[in-house]
Amino acid sequence: MAWERWRERGIESAIHLCGISSIGIVTLIFLFLLREGVTLFRTVPLWEFLAGDRWYPISEPPRFGILPLILGSVWVTVGAILLSVPMGIASALFIAEIATGWLKGALKIGVELLAAIPSIVLGFIGMTIVAPVVQRVFHLPTGLTALTGSLLLALMAMPTIVSMTEDALTAVPRGYREAALALGATRWQLMWRVLLPAARSGILAATMLGIGRVIGETMAVMMVTGNAGVIPHTMLRPVRTMTATIAAEMGETVRSSDHYYALFAIGIVLFIISFLINMLADLFLHQERT
Amino acid sequence: MSQGSWRRAEMAQRIAFCGLGVATLIVVLPALGIIGVILAHGLGALSWDFVSTMPTQGMRAGGIFPAIVGTVELVALTVCFALPMGVLAAIYLTEYAADNWLTRLVRLAIINLSGVPSVVYGLFGLGLFVIFCRFGTSLLSGALTLAIMILPVIITASEEALRSVPKSFREVSVSLGASHWQTVRHTVLPLAIPGIMTGTILGISRAAGETAPLLFTVAAFYLPRLPHSLFDQAMALPYHLYVISTQIPNIPSAQRYGTALVLLLLVLSLNMLAVVLRSRFRRRRQW
Amino acid sequence: MVSGMATAAKVTVREWSVWYGSIRALNAVTLDIRPQEILGMIGPANSGKTSLLRSLNRMNDTNRSFRYTGTVTLDGQNLYRDLEGQQVRQRVGIVFALPLPLPLSIRENVTYGPRLRGARDRTRLEALVERSLRAASLWDEVRDRLDQPAMKLSGGQQQRLCIARTLAMEPEVVLFDEPCSGLDPISTAKVEETMLELKDRYAIVLVTNNTKQAARVSDRVAFFLSGALVELDQTEVIFTAPHDQRTNDYITGRFG
Repeated sequence: MAWERWRERGIESAIHLCGISSIGIVTLIFLFLLREGVTLFRTVPLWEFLAGDRWYPISEPPRFGILPLILGSVWVTVGAILLSVPMGIASALFIAEIATGWLKGALKIGVELLAAIPSIVLGFIGMTIVAPVVQRVFHLPTGLTALTGSLLLALMAMPTIVSMTEDALTAVPRGYREAALALGATRWQLMWRVLLPAARSGILAATMLGIGRVIGETMAVMMVTGNAGVIPHTMLRPVRTMTATIAAEMGETVRSSDHYYALFAIGIVLFIISFLINMLADLFLHQERT
Repeated sequence: MSQGSWRRAEMAQRIAFCGLGVATLIVVLPALGIIGVILAHGLGALSWDFVSTMPTQGMRAGGIFPAIVGTVELVALTVCFALPMGVLAAIYLTEYAADNWLTRLVRLAIINLSGVPSVVYGLFGLGLFVIFCRFGTSLLSGALTLAIMILPVIITASEEALRSVPKSFREVSVSLGASHWQTVRHTVLPLAIPGIMTGTILGISRAAGETAPLLFTVAAFYLPRLPHSLFDQAMALPYHLYVISTQIPNIPSAQRYGTALVLLLLVLSLNMLAVVLRSRFRRRRQW
Repeated sequence: MVSGMATAAKVTVREWSVWYGSIRALNAVTLDIRPQEILGMIGPANSGKTSLLRSLNRMNDTNRSFRYTGTVTLDGQNLYRDLEGQQVRQRVGIVFALPLPLPLSIRENVTYGPRLRGARDRTRLEALVERSLRAASLWDEVRDRLDQPAMKLSGGQQQRLCIARTLAMEPEVVLFDEPCSGLDPISTAKVEETMLELKDRYAIVLVTNNTKQAARVSDRVAFFLSGALVELDQTEVIFTAPHDQRTNDYITGRFG
């Protein structure tokens, strides 16, 4: 009987350990990023890194300003969010409030299908089909632009936005709906004036998570935005995002060179950004629940 | 409301609903379009040879067998790491954790883990497993990195599955003289296994489709042989697709579409399996 | 008021008070539970009877805000200090208000507890299953389908299965928490009959909202009101000539 006790104690300890392991893992990730990335700041001051507008890692002397990369990420993200949030909310409204029966089921499957497609496949299609179309429509020298990136990323963010907005809408108390309808509102007025405002924090959380998804995307963006590390002035030019920079250049750097450390430093920036976004999203979700 | 303003409101509603419908189509149709295009262009390249032979001529011809094998081995290894840890962590959260700051911190950590960009996971894998642990670019490093990446997926799905077991069953088990762990092991866990399984399959599908974490931890550029041990490099389908799309010129488009098709079929059928299992288990539930 | 100390008590409760957080559910209750006797506990809702019942097998431990003062002993050992919760529940069984079969077969339901305790011998387990189901008056109805899911039984049968399941642990005390509240009259009669048959071998405590049931089945009856034990006496005394006015009011239906 005592042996049983010991075994049980052991298992329960393992459970406790695994339970709190996620805290350890997050800390570990941050620490390892820091370990390599902070080394850069011995030679390059932090300010020059964050605000410098030239990213020339292989020139002599190298310049490690990531402003163009940050702006590249921002442009692509803003474009993607401007496209996906209205579309996503509209779809969520349609699926949650208007569609019924088999149509509703089919649409939900469609959205899940979109979510399941791996980003590399989306990037592949972006490269082979979307980019040439963009090139032709806008008469550009190349179809690899920020716009193309935004289009693809919008597709990737939409399932998140649609399903979270759907959840937020269904969570609106029945009382609100019944009151509005009893006062003679049309269903559209109900949606526009009552449901959307009531689901506001859930929608905000969905947007934040969509932003997080988009900023963190690497492969699709790398394949269609052209990878020019200059500050973009319009959406119709190639750009470089932070994620694509790491992915594209890490293979060619010498370990323990400044370039190598710089890439890890970009990783730190990305980690902090996603941390903040997730905190915000969690805050909004909590607001909605209380 | 007057007749006139009622009619205006009706009109507005009709227009709005149309708009919503169009938006929904814009969201949903691309998925079908993409699958359709890949099917159309890639089906021609699919053959038994394609999936079972080695690439030749610098990957311009031949098959994608090593990439398929690499993906399968990678994913299998990933699950070996992620599943036990994820389920135990979920058991902690549902059965053992108190309602205090520590638990809140754990949940925040999980939320953060699920939001970390995949390329940052790649950097982490590089820093920790490849360099610090000296595993080198290998199946092991890649699998460990992927395992950490899908951990939140498994934890969340398992937690949901565990929570769906009614509290009354736990009470009954305890009243019959079972200890806490015995109740979990013999009553709660068996009933949660279907949900855990679906979550794991979704995690597998995710791991199979990821590229960025593999870039620095496992991926081999052109490796026309199969990995022999955990410490070997390996090819993987997503990375293979990336390489033949961007790094190598003059690859027949059928090869590219074929590879994309194989990857897509793999990921989508895993997802479909998870969905089918989930609804079957829901129907067969006895309570 | 406590009356009669004829046989040695199986379970003693002394000055037992229970709080859930800051809410007091029981106030300094003192009583004995004797072997081969059915003690009925009656009283309106929230009078504390279920709290007391759950204190007797330490089911209250699952409630994080549970606090207590006083002592409960089983065969002289302090239930909360000298024994582990798990041990207590192996000796004091409980049957809940709603039939709660586990989603297993009939046989697996009955053997759940014993197998967790380490019982492995097939023949002995089979004999245990038959004994327990007979004692719960369920054997004849299920003897040919022990491997079928327990959830397919009717409500009354499920409740008797729960009784059999508890008896399979071979406890010393059996607690019944409003066991017939979800059952039809015929099943109720069967359960009451089972309780009377079990009296010979166990100490039984029955919490019930049905005063007539308490009158039919119990040897002694305890009346609770707002967390306090108002009166405890032989059944005939409680129902014909109670000492406390409040007991009389409750029994005659003036409240509760």
